[in-house]
Amino acid sequence: MASSGIELLLVSLPQLATGAGQTLAISALGILFATLGGVLYGVLATLGSRWLNILLQVYLELFRAIPVLVWLYLVFFGLPIFFGLSIPSFWCAVLVLGLWGASEVGEVVRGALQSLPRGQREAGLSIGLGGWQLYGYVLLPQALKRMTPPTINIYTRIIKTSSLAVLIGVVEVIKAGQQIIERTYESVLIYGALFLFFFLVCYPLSAASRVLERRWAHA
Amino acid sequence: MKTAPFAKLLAPLLGLALLAGCNKSEDPGKPAAASPATSYLETIKARDKLIVGVFTDKPPFGFVDEGGRYVGFDTDIGRRFAKDLLGDESKVEFVAVEPASRIPFLQSDKVDLILANMTVTPERKEAVDFTNPNLRVAVQAIVADGSPVQKLDDLADKTIIVTTGTTADIWLTKNHPDWKLLKFEKNTESLAALANGRGDAYAQDNLILFSWAKQNPGYRVLPQLLGDEAPIAPAVKKGNTELRDWVNSELAKLGEEKFLLKLYDQYVRKELSDDTKPESVIVEGGKWQG
Repeated sequence: MASSGIELLLVSLPQLATGAGQTLAISALGILFATLGGVLYGVLATLGSRWLNILLQVYLELFRAIPVLVWLYLVFFGLPIFFGLSIPSFWCAVLVLGLWGASEVGEVVRGALQSLPRGQREAGLSIGLGGWQLYGYVLLPQALKRMTPPTINIYTRIIKTSSLAVLIGVVEVIKAGQQIIERTYESVLIYGALFLFFFLVCYPLSAASRVLERRWAHA
Repeated sequence: MKTAPFAKLLAPLLGLALLAGCNKSEDPGKPAAASPATSYLETIKARDKLIVGVFTDKPPFGFVDEGGRYVGFDTDIGRRFAKDLLGDESKVEFVAVEPASRIPFLQSDKVDLILANMTVTPERKEAVDFTNPNLRVAVQAIVADGSPVQKLDDLADKTIIVTTGTTADIWLTKNHPDWKLLKFEKNTESLAALANGRGDAYAQDNLILFSWAKQNPGYRVLPQLLGDEAPIAPAVKKGNTELRDWVNSELAKLGEEKFLLKLYDQYVRKELSDDTKPESVIVEGGKWQG
């Protein structure tokens, strides 16, 4: 079936592309929310409010202790059963990946902010900067360097974890591949294509992270 | 890690909450969608779409054709239901389900109906309502054509291959504890062991055996069943008697025109050996004769 391999891949391409579109859309939105939420988390965690920190700690531990798969089930199947609130599978996946990613990114942002010399914060305050100005002009730009490599690592994990969405009915790229395999039995070919897809999406991200790391090391 | 005990405390709590939810969902009439005040069929008609959970990677029951369309024995029944309920077979929305997600999809009102090769078991009956069956499954044993084995009892002093945890494994262990079993973890491993002559027979769900015998000539399936036949049926949410009754009357109607036989010819027949009787696989009209 050597010659029909290429043929099969061509026939299957639209189906794989639809799945890939779902994977990319969920991942991109999840990454967007993870980044916005993570920065917010990091800033809130360094404000020094005791009660805020307890709240953030609860949020963090909930996402650290409970697997993403269980969160997907809880939000997708649990909310309608408990509260009659039904979220479509696509947005449920985006929400859970975003919240999970935000807890991970948030810890990175917090760590980066806290690793800055205390003098930076004090100097900013002493020249009369307000909270927004202090974070926007002094602290976050400096923390950006320290948080970028680990954050990109989280991004690639979000992309790979998005395949769990199949369990709540999203036909993402891996499920699309399995559908083709069960029809054609061409498992090596299809899994090869899936390998290539994830590599082509994730490798540029980690390569970019390495380039930035090297560039900033000399800055 | 000063927060670790805290996290350890939370996880089981949430697990409990989830379990509590499972019990609660068995209480019919609570969720808005299935309340007795408004008719469930009217709800479907108002939305002008029947939502059906199907397998998308289990040919011939539910799979995706080359054009990317959901098709198959179960899937096409769903299309027909939409046609008869809403006047157009395109007024159906298919949701891709996995074996483990079939029951949650019903409990959370995400789908109206599950048409995904679901075997009726006492445990599942607690969680969902099954309609009348559309398929049947039974455990049988396959032997090589040249084997002296003619009936089940001839296997008493032979080596029988089973896949761990299947109905065949459980039934043989319970009813013939002295028979010699050779166990494998996966169906594909068991089939390879049979082909390599490592056992005299392989006991498994008969559809798997029929299909394998078709692709691998030189084997025959013993007619005797191991245990009872089990029905495979569509399922609705627990307490949704209105939709269940509609599906039952619909299955009876489709039985009169031998609709399932048509689907069998289209999807299933080519998978099975030529001497397989359709009645050993499909249940026409929802009429179960166990």
